[in-house]
Amino acid sequence: MSHAHVVSMIALDPVTWARVQMAFTLACHIILVPLAVAWSLITLVANGIGVWRHDKDALLMAQRWSKVMAVTFAVGAVSGTVLSFEFGLLWPKFMGRFGAAFGIPFAVEGLFFFLEAIFISIYIYGWRRLRPLPHLLSGIPIVIAGIGGTFSVVSANAWMNQPSGFTLDAAGHITSTDPLHVMINNATGYETLHMMLASYMVAGFLIASVYAVAMLRKRDDHYVRMAFVIPFTIAAIATPFQIFVGDWAARAIAQDQPAKFAAIELVPKTSTRVPETLLGYIGADNKVHAGLPIPDLGSLLTGFSVDTRIVGLEAFPVDDRPAAAEVNYVHISWDVMVGIGVGLLGLSAWYALVAWRRRGPPTSRVFLAAASVAGVAAIAALEAGWMVTEVGRQPWIVNGLMRVADAGTPFSGVWASFIIIAVVYAVVAVATVLVLRGMVRRWRSPGVDTAPVPYGPASEDAA
Amino acid sequence: MGPTAAAVLLFVGVMLYAVLAGADFGAGFWDLVAGGAKRGARPRALIDHSIGPVWEANHVWLIFILVMLWSAFPRVFAAIFTTLFIPLALAVLGIVLRGSGFAFRHAVVRINRQRLFGATFALSSVIVPFFMGTVAGAIASGRVPASGAGDPVHSWLNPTSLLGGVLSVVVCAYVAAVYLTADAQTAQDTTLYTYFRRRALGTGLLAGAVALAGIAVLHGDAPYLFDNLTGRALPVIAASGVVGLATLGLLLRNAADAARVAAALAAATVIWGWAVGQWPYMLVPSLTIDQAAAPPATLVATFVIAGAAGVLVLPSFGLLLLLSKRQVLE
Ligand code: HDD
Ligand code: HEM
Ligand code: HEM
Repeated sequence: MSHAHVVSMIALDPVTWARVQMAFTLACHIILVPLAVAWSLITLVANGIGVWRHDKDALLMAQRWSKVMAVTFAVGAVSGTVLSFEFGLLWPKFMGRFGAAFGIPFAVEGLFFFLEAIFISIYIYGWRRLRPLPHLLSGIPIVIAGIGGTFSVVSANAWMNQPSGFTLDAAGHITSTDPLHVMINNATGYETLHMMLASYMVAGFLIASVYAVAMLRKRDDHYVRMAFVIPFTIAAIATPFQIFVGDWAARAIAQDQPAKFAAIELVPKTSTRVPETLLGYIGADNKVHAGLPIPDLGSLLTGFSVDTRIVGLEAFPVDDRPAAAEVNYVHISWDVMVGIGVGLLGLSAWYALVAWRRRGPPTSRVFLAAASVAGVAAIAALEAGWMVTEVGRQPWIVNGLMRVADAGTPFSGVWASFIIIAVVYAVVAVATVLVLRGMVRRWRSPGVDTAPVPYGPASEDAA
Repeated sequence: MGPTAAAVLLFVGVMLYAVLAGADFGAGFWDLVAGGAKRGARPRALIDHSIGPVWEANHVWLIFILVMLWSAFPRVFAAIFTTLFIPLALAVLGIVLRGSGFAFRHAVVRINRQRLFGATFALSSVIVPFFMGTVAGAIASGRVPASGAGDPVHSWLNPTSLLGGVLSVVVCAYVAAVYLTADAQTAQDTTLYTYFRRRALGTGLLAGAVALAGIAVLHGDAPYLFDNLTGRALPVIAASGVVGLATLGLLLRNAADAARVAAALAAATVIWGWAVGQWPYMLVPSLTIDQAAAPPATLVATFVIAGAAGVLVLPSFGLLLLLSKRQVLE
């Protein structure tokens, strides 16, 4: 292949590159989101315990966590800014046509971002000079703004799945809008709740996993144990609710987005008594291969009866449903999410049982080993869930109204912007990890940390 | 009415971004030219201290501009981002490097790492306002057609865009130098006070010179804007000059806090000069504000949200600035 040929190939289809870039940058941003939305509450709980019980360990923990949050929040903010730019850089036709509706939730989100950014600064920079109670209170708006921000941005995504709250003329242009129904659409309820709970699960299990590793390494003191218990408890409480909401989502999708549901459940032909297929894939022959079918369970779970009819992929024109490769991707992502969800439910139940009977967290090595991977597993479930949502909607960017292929930029250099952004993100990711590791190392070696102790001018840093 | 009010709101966002975040970028410029690790340590410490608690909140004004633009004027947003892909992509890359570089510098202790992240932060602090300025120049000189099919390169590589880029870097540096002078005065650091005051005076004169030279550039390159800047926007331009000179006077008389306000006003008038200069167009000459506006209900929604922001965000913002000025945050 000649040089010119290669160049023309990569330059050919900006939309494909745009999809890759969007998916990549979103998948990065979404990892940072729980660290702002949910970690703030977890930190405040530690802070509150510290103030309430005069527990120095808890205060120190909260202060350290907030320093880590300062870094992850900054990276989250800039990666979110990239996404905002990408709406224009990658999807100008989508925004030009639907911005009047789709944009509204983001305007609401902007409000919450302001509050979040303002109070996170006051909280993080206020440890030394603010009094304990005002300082603690300055953290509460962060939690509220996190919840409000998640609600608005995810309602924008829900709108892409279940567009409502506007009218179109014959040419497809928006002629009027109804902002309330843009925000509150058919998918808003379950999507926003599911994401909020996911944030608490990811942040909780992830932070706890750090201290589970410490306990496995026989560092088991008051500090470590409390730093494990606070986040793990919050995540374990969120887990059963999360599975309940996921179930609600699945049932709603069976009604409202049948093509996506057929991909989730790997159902080629409409029928009753549909099995729940674990793993497996759809081949070129449009049949299910490999996989472990559990007879009738698909129908049973969807409508509580084996006679529940599930619409198959073949009921939709080929151009209006996800392609076979996308279907398989959605299905495997679904298996990953649900599998991890069930696993984390088991882990949470184990924790609850032991905590209830022994009035303390389980400390067996098997439990701690499982807990130390729970954080990464929750992230995997989060990413997989978003793959189900986004890839399952294909070929639509706005379900039923606009195709991804018609939404992208005509600018032919998207491939270059993707490569640059991938390199920059890789560098930023490595730097983030190194910087955070450096911080933790300084905390481990006493005397090196010059940071002042909370709520006082003295400069002695214990543990 | 509605569309004009939405456009005003949009420019309020642009103004606040310019006078608040612009100063943070300018501080990055002074960080860049502060010299070696030893010599630059003191100005860098002041810069760090001044912008650390506020830059993220200031940055949100950019998000405000974007969401206002894509909700209230969706076609304009689409056209700008299609034509100006290159400078906007470079600007957002700069934003990524700047934000993370600054946060990282704060979180590391070893001097060579601080230097690495610091340099990233400082260099990108210059890149971002430059490309933002070229974007403003492209829009103001009518190089973004409503279809979005403008020239991907010449739309932002042209006299007006380059003027916009340079002016934006210089104005950011100038505003930042004035703010830092005031901060040094609050901190009762006479060395830094003199240091930044000298730089504020220098960049102030430079900004004035660039602006004057710019009028000549616009004469040949952006006739619509030129006519209006020398016509109905003339009072704004004159005000800009007066306030700019007043800032210099206040600096010379050691009234740094008053100079801070005057410098912010000077930067703000530049933005309003641009706004008045291209009224009634969103995109000169193909799309007016009225043609570009979203349906009324969307505009009302943005007003309601802006009102809520006025009630909730502005007091919080004031609290942040107050605490930061009183040295409560560190
Ligand atoms: C910690 C993460 C996590 C866990 C354990 C689960 N999910 Fe989930 N899931 C997500 C995190 C997530 C998410 C936050 O990534 C998504 C993407 C979009 C959304 O609303 O939530 C998602 C999407 C999503 C969707 C598609 C929503 C749409 O397209 O609108 C369904 C049907 C489910 N989930 C169902 C479940 C079920 C039945 C689960 C339990 C067994 C489950 N999820 C566990
Ligand atoms: C509010 C949240 C979100 C919004 C508004 C949003 C919006 C979009 C848009 C506009 C596209 C391009 C068009 C398309 O391919 O359909 C897209 C694609 C995509 N997004 Fe999302 N997204 C959101 C959240 C996420 C998250 C958090 C992830 C991943 C973790 C994600 C993963 C993807 C993927 C994988 C694609 C490409 C799909 C494909 O082309 O096959 N999205 N999203
Ligand atoms: C396409 C979709 C998205 C866009 C355009 C977007 C945009 C942004 C922007 C501009 C910021 C920076 C705000 C600041 O300066 O403080 C940000 C941060 C944030 N985003 Fe996103 N975002 C998207 C997806 C998501 C999703 C899916 C969620 C949550 C469920 C989310 C939640 C947050 C939160 C909580 C922050 C706060 C800061 C942080 O991440 O640390 N975003 N986002």
